[in-house]
Amino acid sequence: MTPVEESAPLVLVVDDVDHGREIFAEYLEYRGFRVATAADGLEALEKAFELRPDVILMDLSLPGIDGWEATRRLKLDERTRAIPIIALTAHALASAHDKAREVGCNAVVTKPCLPKDLELEVRRQLEARATEGSGAQP
Amino acid sequence: MGSRAKLALVEALMAEQEARPCAVLALRWLERHGGLKRGLCAVVDHESGRLTGLCGIGVSSAGVDAFSLDLADRAHPLVVALGGGEPVAFHDSGQSRRRAFETPLGNTAFHAIPLGNPKEELGLGLLLATGLDDGPVSDDVLWATEMLGVRLAALWYRRIQMDERRHKRERSWLFSIINAVTDPILLTDADGRILVANTGAERLLTAGEDKREGWRRAVALNNMLFSASLFTNTAERGPTRRELLLVDPSEGQDLLFEVLSAPVAIRLGENGVVSVLRNVTDLRRATEEIEENYRRLRVAEAATRAERDRLDLILNSVLDPILVTDPAGNIMRMNPPAERMFTFPSGKRNVEVERRVRTNDAVFTSFVSNLYAGQSRQWRRTLSLTDPQTGAIVPVEAISGKVVSKHGEETAAVTILHDLTEAEEKARLYEQVKRHSDELKERVREATAELAEQNELLRRQAFQLEQASAMKSQFLANVSHELRTPLNAIMGYTHLMLEGVSGEMTRPQNEKLTRIDANARHLLAVINDLLDITRIESGKMPVQIERVLLHELIDEVMTEVEPVIAGTRLQVTRVLSPDLPEIETDRQKVKQIVLNLLSNALKFTPEGSVDIRLEPDDQSGQISIAVSDTGIGIAEDNQKTIFEAFEQANSSYARRHGGTGLGLSICRRLAHLLDGRITLVSRLGEGSTFTLFLPSKPRNA
Repeated sequence: MTPVEESAPLVLVVDDVDHGREIFAEYLEYRGFRVATAADGLEALEKAFELRPDVILMDLSLPGIDGWEATRRLKLDERTRAIPIIALTAHALASAHDKAREVGCNAVVTKPCLPKDLELEVRRQLEARATEGSGAQP
Repeated sequence: MGSRAKLALVEALMAEQEARPCAVLALRWLERHGGLKRGLCAVVDHESGRLTGLCGIGVSSAGVDAFSLDLADRAHPLVVALGGGEPVAFHDSGQSRRRAFETPLGNTAFHAIPLGNPKEELGLGLLLATGLDDGPVSDDVLWATEMLGVRLAALWYRRIQMDERRHKRERSWLFSIINAVTDPILLTDADGRILVANTGAERLLTAGEDKREGWRRAVALNNMLFSASLFTNTAERGPTRRELLLVDPSEGQDLLFEVLSAPVAIRLGENGVVSVLRNVTDLRRATEEIEENYRRLRVAEAATRAERDRLDLILNSVLDPILVTDPAGNIMRMNPPAERMFTFPSGKRNVEVERRVRTNDAVFTSFVSNLYAGQSRQWRRTLSLTDPQTGAIVPVEAISGKVVSKHGEETAAVTILHDLTEAEEKARLYEQVKRHSDELKERVREATAELAEQNELLRRQAFQLEQASAMKSQFLANVSHELRTPLNAIMGYTHLMLEGVSGEMTRPQNEKLTRIDANARHLLAVINDLLDITRIESGKMPVQIERVLLHELIDEVMTEVEPVIAGTRLQVTRVLSPDLPEIETDRQKVKQIVLNLLSNALKFTPEGSVDIRLEPDDQSGQISIAVSDTGIGIAEDNQKTIFEAFEQANSSYARRHGGTGLGLSICRRLAHLLDGRITLVSRLGEGSTFTLFLPSKPRNA
């Protein structure tokens, strides 16, 4: 395991499925990101407000507050509005993707997704945010 | 000479009342007492202005009558003698000295003695006598002629007096007569002066001083008009007839006269004109009225004729038989439909037809006589007639009405026969139709109820189907979702291990992980294809039509397959027609189809070449995108099923190349979605050509 630098970008991985969280968290840490996880919508909101991650990977089908609702709230909140949110979903239908973009997701990634492809998307979002203003690169 | 003889003559003369016997008495007396041998008494006729013979002795009566002497011949010795007052002796003319005039007394000497007292009755007449002594005529002769003259003068005087009285009386009568004639009558002289006018004429043409100005002026005007008319129609032209407009002096209105004029002699050598004026004012008015009445009569007659023609036209246009009968029941008029029933047809005689006509006539006559027998003006019965031609029974409703004149006289009856055959038939048909209609209504009602039930059922089924379809889609979505989640884990962990996140792998471990990865990818492709098919079939595949430049699209496809091509030794050629038009279609779906066809070609061609050719198809007006290869080809048997789901010509080969068996099926469905189609030409072992035809614009775009 590569030691994680304090300045590395923090990625909040939200997924109610344990192995889903584990695969992406493990790979992103392996690739040098700081990773926090949340298993449901409420936790995701708490962690987001508390940690102010650089990117959020948001699974959409969550117990309680689902991913769409959580994204909507984060995008409405002043503190978290600027954080890029990448929706992660096993829904392949266009309607699910459109709905995700409507509530404010910056990108939508369909599962199954190879960890390295996900990493590419995370880096793309970080770069986009960096060009807009502040942000850190791992 | 004794005084007794003279007294006898005087007494005889006084006793005689006529001129001629007096003259005869005097002549006889002179014969006896004066020596007269032959004598002629001639008297002056004032009317004719001649001296004519009255009687004679020793002279033939023809000679007396023939004696006539014009008094205007003043040089005549006898005329001179008549005016002289003294007896004149004419000597015997002898053979040598013939007299210039002749007398009934011949050539012997004679005396011409004026009659009457020469001082008083001058020019009364002459006595011509022979046998008197030569020398002065004796006193006795003179006395006798004087006596005769006196007596004749007395007789003439009395005669004249009587004549005058008679003339007066006659004149009075004449005036009474002409005055009794109301028509104005006038006698005018040659200068137009009125000589005689009856009261009718006077009323128009004369006006006394007592008449008012208007009257006098009217009279003056009438005179002028009348004179003018006289002058334009002179008396010499014989009887004339003309019209003259005068004014009634008393009332001032115009009077029209017919003037009949005839010339008359009013005195010797002078003609006048008698005019009778007939007032034709009323006659003219009457004539005009008669003309007007005649004209009105003509108009009325024409109107009546027109009315009658119209009536005929109406009668003839009515299809029901109509008959007009007189009170005796004789048919006076009928229209053609009636003629058909009640008259013998022209042409060849037909006993049967005539019998039927007679029967009809009898039925009708009976009906009409009932009408006249009754008091009511209307009569209505149903009769049974027979069609003369066909013999068919014709039930008719006979409606008869009496025609009554203003004076309440029944002049005729009009009967209309209304054929009930049709009505009865109609009633029957109506019943039938009604029954059918009722049946139909019942059936419709039943069918409607059934339909409603079916509808409800269908509605429910549709609802259920919709639900089922929705459930199926949801189910597939859920299946997809549930398959993807574990697949994500499988692929994720495999990836982590292959990436060495969990430490280095041995070579065999690495190989096996690669297999896991390949199978997971295959499974993902199958899941994606299944989802595509489901979406197309449920109509949920979104289609986005836009303008597409096909050569750009082909560039993109080539870029994507470039890594695949690089891994083969195949020669890949692109042929793009220069006149390739821009088309409207779903860019993503066309790309998916072409990518699929090209991938297949690359997969199933071990060696050789793959061509992609784009050109407009002149025949269909579409664009063709053909992908040809020199690959394994497809057997004819398989060519039909190749587009069906989960079909692949060589499953093992396909599996080896990671195909899902759904690709062509999806391609065909997508092509249909874009109103296009995909054709296949292939020969086993020699290669295949898949061609996508696309319209320049989808029908529903």
